[in-house]
Amino acid sequence: MQETMFVDPQRCIGCRSCVAACRECSTHKGYSMIFVDFFDRGETTATMPTICMHCAEPTCAQVCPADAIKQNEFGVVMTALKPRCLDCRNCVNACPFGVPKYNSAMHLQMKCDMCYDRSSEGLQPMCASVCPTGALTFGKYEDVVPLRRTKPVNIHYFGNQKVETKVYLMMPTNEADAIHIDGDTEFGEHLSAHAGDEASWIENEMGETDNSNEFRS
Amino acid sequence: MSKVENLGEIIEKYGPHLYDAPVDGWQADRKIDRAVPTHCPYCGVQCGMNLLVQDETVVGFEPRYDFPVNEGKLCPKGVTAYMQIHHPDRLLYPLVKKNGIFERATWDDALDLIVSRIKEIQAKYGKNSIGVYSGSSLTTEKTYVMGKFARLGLGTRYVDYNGRLCMVSAAAGNNKAFGVDRVANSWDDIPLAEVLMIAGSNCAETFPILNKYLWQQRDNGGRWIVIDPRATATARQGDIHLQLLPGTDVAVANGLLNVIIREGLVDEEFISKHTNDWDAVKAVIDKYPPSRAGELSGVDPAKIEKAAILYGQARTGMILHARGIEHHSNGVDNVLSYINIVLATGKIGEPGRGYGTITGQGNGQGGREHGQKADQLPGQRSMTNPEDRKHMCEFWGLPEDELPEAGVSVVEMYQKMREGEIKGLISSCNNGMVSLPDVNSIRESLEGLEFYVNIDFFMSESSRFADVVLPTTTWAEDEGVTASAEARVVKINKAIDPIGESKPDWWIAKEIARRMGREKYFQFDSPREIFDELREASKGGKADYYGITYEKIKEQNGVMWPCPTEESKGTPRMFEDKKFYHPDGKAKFFAVEYKGPAEVPDEEYPFALTTGRVVYQYLSGNQTRRIGFLVQQCPEPYVEIHPETAAKLGIADGERVKVVSRRGEGVFPALVVKTIRKDTLFIPYHWGDAKAANLLTNAKLDPISKIPEFKACAARIEKVASRDLPILGDSRKGASLSEVQKGR
Repeated sequence: MQETMFVDPQRCIGCRSCVAACRECSTHKGYSMIFVDFFDRGETTATMPTICMHCAEPTCAQVCPADAIKQNEFGVVMTALKPRCLDCRNCVNACPFGVPKYNSAMHLQMKCDMCYDRSSEGLQPMCASVCPTGALTFGKYEDVVPLRRTKPVNIHYFGNQKVETKVYLMMPTNEADAIHIDGDTEFGEHLSAHAGDEASWIENEMGETDNSNEFRS
Repeated sequence: MSKVENLGEIIEKYGPHLYDAPVDGWQADRKIDRAVPTHCPYCGVQCGMNLLVQDETVVGFEPRYDFPVNEGKLCPKGVTAYMQIHHPDRLLYPLVKKNGIFERATWDDALDLIVSRIKEIQAKYGKNSIGVYSGSSLTTEKTYVMGKFARLGLGTRYVDYNGRLCMVSAAAGNNKAFGVDRVANSWDDIPLAEVLMIAGSNCAETFPILNKYLWQQRDNGGRWIVIDPRATATARQGDIHLQLLPGTDVAVANGLLNVIIREGLVDEEFISKHTNDWDAVKAVIDKYPPSRAGELSGVDPAKIEKAAILYGQARTGMILHARGIEHHSNGVDNVLSYINIVLATGKIGEPGRGYGTITGQGNGQGGREHGQKADQLPGQRSMTNPEDRKHMCEFWGLPEDELPEAGVSVVEMYQKMREGEIKGLISSCNNGMVSLPDVNSIRESLEGLEFYVNIDFFMSESSRFADVVLPTTTWAEDEGVTASAEARVVKINKAIDPIGESKPDWWIAKEIARRMGREKYFQFDSPREIFDELREASKGGKADYYGITYEKIKEQNGVMWPCPTEESKGTPRMFEDKKFYHPDGKAKFFAVEYKGPAEVPDEEYPFALTTGRVVYQYLSGNQTRRIGFLVQQCPEPYVEIHPETAAKLGIADGERVKVVSRRGEGVFPALVVKTIRKDTLFIPYHWGDAKAANLLTNAKLDPISKIPEFKACAARIEKVASRDLPILGDSRKGASLSEVQKGR
């Protein structure tokens, strides 16, 4: 599977269609594994969808005393194995993104597995299927990224911990968002916006080496 | 007569109750018998979806990736839509009210009662003493039947539909300017527009899937100008936000056009060749420099300049608008003022250059084409045009003197109920007790009726008043076509047989007509037969469906009218030849002066109150206020207040406050947000009873379109002591979070 997920909070309209549709996934039928949060409704209508970022070295798996959390051959981090899960909830507390949920009725940690029942058969996960705006998009890097004006980020820092994720967070770039109303701007120029990105705060933060896919909080 | 006497019992029995799973529970391993391709029952985007059927039960949905409009995408209402089909609140058999209590009746008894009462009332007060109020969530076949039913079946002139509360201002404006009422472009043109001007539409919440096209346009480097009193999710994503005072749309639009003229960005050639009356517009626009436009609307004139230049300079551009500019006592003026901008810049009839209203209801477009509108006959023909009347009478084989005169709009119909001219009402597919303005007067109208028949599949706030409630089918239990907001005629397919004893609306209308002795005009037994009659009826009209067939719809994934011949593939983009539908082929400018809303804030009522929608609820909420997931996300209405205003009034976020207008009052929790103007309040309108925003709204109508002014009235806010908070008891059911949790 070359496809992965792209999360673009800019596009999120807070409709929670993904949250509703997530319940239709057969591996966790009736339970949603997605969060959509208002940042601060008093200030703005902006919202943020949170799905599992599918870390290359998942913290949830690292802290699991029973080795219950596995990655499949495509790097998708799966729900805890039922016979192994100890109900300890280490993973719930340790995940830097706050993703896994503990299902007390089933005595099981549950999390997004990129709709294993669907993606293993070549279908898109439910959330990305229904997302009206493409705030959640499922596809190949080379198919998705060139179409967007945003910068894909998959390296995150939490204090001293560096986390690389299979899922990309799409960050706005200042250049692409500037409004030119003097008529000089070519329609479609955003496609080259990545090239001369000196105004981007991400670049400034990261220095000159090409680590623009990193996101420091 | 039509009073609600046992509300508690009605709610106990018929809901709204919360329900949040497939009818047989969440099951991981299902053997699905079939996936039925169909469309969502809700808004005008008409997203494709597959309904999954197991043992003749709809147990889920599967995205319909092959339908080009939504490509599998759905909003939360669409995702959970299937849960209403087997909802425990469904009405399963006819109900007749006896001594204030609804009792089960057979279809024969209920229909015989209806017919005898109609005959009695009509004999006593005349044919026009019965009114028919229909809706636009019905398939086009049903809307055609409802119009014909009222005029030919009952012989009454009084028929209208709930699109009157939707986009009729746009329809009237389009007819005046272009001579035809249809969105000018398909949505495929949106990504081709360099600049989109979105006026009075929070499409992020109200047409979520339209955002697919909007973001494609943005990915192409496009820009959005959003004109809205609130910094909505739509406005947040845009580039320039003109945050105007509710009801000042003409001032803003005229200001925009003023700058466009000043900067020489008009298309003189287009104007002289293809339009009339430009000079009159120019003279009026002279009076609206950005400074004055800004003063009237409360928008920074510099922003008006920026927006005008951005749109004016763009090679391609589209103007889209929705209820925000249409729901006004000057709604048609608002629409025309934006059409003036379109015509002045000649941005129409080409790829990425266009205009359109974003029609609200699922069949908002189709529902206003084939004769359930007070002034209209099938094919967008006119009730007042002698030739159109003659044509339809010949087609139906009806003596011309038997075709009633044109009727009046629905708000006026309810007025006539209060005045005693209309004594009986048959309503289908609407819920006036939530969606009509000034609900207190609507209650009076219903209570004054001698006989009221309500047709629905859930017991709505309005059904409670009825003498007879007839159970109809949901969209999954019948077939038929709808026309989406881009005039794409799509086909709703039947997934399962009707549940309980429910019957489709067209069957009910036909049966009443038959028992009235008018069966010769209702010779059909299936939606396909009705559609074939409708195709013929529309032939030669503006909305010409003659060339559309169920098969062609399936083959092409929808057909956009006009489609006059069997060979025609339909018309995705109107006016490509720059020919408009007026006799001289030209479009018309209309000089529009700013008048402002009928009621403006004053000392007593210092705030402008505007109403609208949330993404989790649909229209009057009769379908969506029963789905657990949707109610959990937005359990009840609230009033948006700016923090500075809230601080002045000493109101905290979440505090329940009383909102008072000249017509009524309601208690709503305050949502203190910077996304609204300091002088403006906002309440979403999907709820009934004590939580109806329409207790407050002004029923003042636009003189042409007769749309009520939902979007602007004057109101004040009062603090309430906790001991004064109303105890809502049963009426809270299905609304509060605690109820949601209890229901699980």
